[in-house]
Amino acid sequence: MSNVLAIDETERARLKSSHAAVLHKPWWKRWALPIGLVATVLYLGFCYVFFNVGPAFENGKWDRAALYLQDWYSWRAQPRLKFADGKVTATWSSRGQYPADAIIDWLTLHDDGSMTVTFGSEADRLEVTPSLVTAYVGGEPHEITIGTDTVTAPPDAPGAVRQDGTKVIVDYGFAGQAEVRTNQVYVQRRFLGWSNFWFDTRSAYWGLNPLEVIQLMLSSERIDPTRSNFDTAVQNFLGNGVWQHGDILSKLLQTLVMAFVGTLLATLFAFPLAFIAARNITRSRPVNWLMKRTFDFLRSIDMLIWALFFTRGFGPGPIPGIAAIFFTDAGALGKVYAEALENVDDRQREGVKSVGAAPSVVNRFGVVPQVLPVFISQSLYFWESNTRSATVIGAVGAGGIGLKLLEAMGTNSDWDKVAYMVLLILAVVFIFDNISNALRSRLIGRSH
Amino acid sequence: MAHLAHDPATGGISDATKTVFGHYRQQIRTRRVYSIIALVVFAIVLAMSLNFANAANSGKFFERLPYLFDFLRSFVPNDPLEIFRAMFDLPSPYADGSMKYDFTSQRFYLTETLYIPHFIYELIITVNIAIVSTIIGGGLAFVLCFFAATNLVGAGVVRFVVRRIMEVLRAFPEIVIAGLLTAILSIGPIAAIFAISLHTIGALGKLFFEVVENADMKPDEGLRAVGATWLERVRYGMLPQVLPNFVSYTLLRTEINVRASTIIGAVGGGGIGEAFRLSIGNNHAAKTYAIIILLLVTIIAVDQFSGWLRRRLVGNQAFEFGRGAA
Repeated sequence: MSNVLAIDETERARLKSSHAAVLHKPWWKRWALPIGLVATVLYLGFCYVFFNVGPAFENGKWDRAALYLQDWYSWRAQPRLKFADGKVTATWSSRGQYPADAIIDWLTLHDDGSMTVTFGSEADRLEVTPSLVTAYVGGEPHEITIGTDTVTAPPDAPGAVRQDGTKVIVDYGFAGQAEVRTNQVYVQRRFLGWSNFWFDTRSAYWGLNPLEVIQLMLSSERIDPTRSNFDTAVQNFLGNGVWQHGDILSKLLQTLVMAFVGTLLATLFAFPLAFIAARNITRSRPVNWLMKRTFDFLRSIDMLIWALFFTRGFGPGPIPGIAAIFFTDAGALGKVYAEALENVDDRQREGVKSVGAAPSVVNRFGVVPQVLPVFISQSLYFWESNTRSATVIGAVGAGGIGLKLLEAMGTNSDWDKVAYMVLLILAVVFIFDNISNALRSRLIGRSH
Repeated sequence: MAHLAHDPATGGISDATKTVFGHYRQQIRTRRVYSIIALVVFAIVLAMSLNFANAANSGKFFERLPYLFDFLRSFVPNDPLEIFRAMFDLPSPYADGSMKYDFTSQRFYLTETLYIPHFIYELIITVNIAIVSTIIGGGLAFVLCFFAATNLVGAGVVRFVVRRIMEVLRAFPEIVIAGLLTAILSIGPIAAIFAISLHTIGALGKLFFEVVENADMKPDEGLRAVGATWLERVRYGMLPQVLPNFVSYTLLRTEINVRASTIIGAVGGGGIGEAFRLSIGNNHAAKTYAIIILLLVTIIAVDQFSGWLRRRLVGNQAFEFGRGAA
């Protein structure tokens, strides 16, 4: 089929000459995209070598990564089943998910001193005696003999039962694993969820279901004679020894206070100074210049520097965080405010001036009503972003939830607590974003 | 018209005007009362926050203020040249074997004699972390943003999912990503790159899809009329309009990411941030000032360069919501 639209020679020549810029781009403009892409790829390749990405990934502890990620949404009970006097006794790690005399349904002690550990179902269980551990994997028994120096797996054992030096590891997947050693069996039993999230084992509310908790809260019989049951519940919750709700919530509040006070003080500080920096309001070039350079200076010093500097001065806590946010944002807000002031409509100022108002009154009625919505909306933007950055500032030493997160991550075993704090932070950030969005749209709506 | 006429006997204002004026006064008064109530509440919240901050801090503000000045007074290098010796790894005349005056041992040798000074090398790492993460994060945000825009994607589910992913990435604390990767890959810049890249996807993705949603749909309509596929519509109808703004936002992100990579560096990402934390923690005054000057110069240089580039690309229009999704 021939073209519906036909252009003859003269028309083509005319188009070519009238749209030369479109049809005859210089070569570097035509090749900009491929050249840019190749340059980017080359640069990324350079960085791959520069940052040693390959070796770092090869040496990464990927088996641990899976474990850490599982810890986010599940918990491990880690009893050590020790052999002594022909008997098996369970000792618990310091995190103590069960009280001393608790009845544990997956760990049964028999009268003859042996123990049964079940991993999810009857088909997957360990029968533990000091001389012989029988591992049932999928219903098949495998006898693991315990010698004086070494533990030996049966020769026909499946992949789940693995000899590792002098010990034998029995792997039950997500449900857990057991390390059979010469003097003990180290059991890791994994369950979905977070253990003892509401109440720890010291609390009278431990192990109750929500309905029972409410019943106990409302019952007139007092657990602690000095205060009401409801009060006890709140105290037990906040004082939860493992989850430290009280501490975490107060650290979260510290972070929020850092962002709020820092941004507010920066706003109050930048507001008057922006009038000095604006060319059209203060008619003195040297003063404008000096003020603007002051803003640039404050803005350009990294928040990290302010944070670490004030941490040296005041010790860890919200004060260095406030100071860091204040100093950086005073500069940034000052700059933004001054730019907004320089763009105001001059007619309103002239109107107020023409009736003989003093300079301060001119600014109050001729300038402030115009710029206030812009100022507040900018400050809200900064508040939003500072709520996020206050976490990081905290981690470098200013305190708050950031430092708490860093501590929890440093132990490498509290990833469930990290997940909890992340959820809190996400919730708070979402709530504050919505508040600030609502305020901003109301403000901008009103200014129209 | 008579009631609106000027009446010199009653002070020049008619009854109707008086009523209007009265209503106006009434409204002003109500507004003023509301403003005062808002200010008082604000002041109380601020006072409570300040009080809480002071109580929660390990040192109290007024108690510690003199120490801050003492610290400043004691935190002075032996002579101003020391700062530059620390910056360029030249031997110090005060060398006594301690780390405080040891400027030379951490040089990064390119050849037998040519070296990159330690802090400048760390600075190069930090800036490169920022650039790499902006490229990776910006690239992924670029791909994702078209799926989050109402005017390009009909399926509400896709839009919803992509937007939620962006929101979570934006709000997810960077230190947790950095910390998790540090635990797996050991301390180093990769953790920082990951953390900042993921955050950049969220932040830039949001700005990008807002640009796409505000784009003119006429070119798209034209392309649709001649039967262009979705990809072709994006490529020829959307991309030419949004690219300048995308580039401008990406440059702005680079500025923010330079700052972010120093901070992440201090919590385990390596680079100049970590060097700074160590030097201020160990009371190495000359080194600390050297790093402050280096960082100041770098940040000003990056800001100026990206500002210049942005102005060339889009003029002044794209400056206003720079920190919108920071």
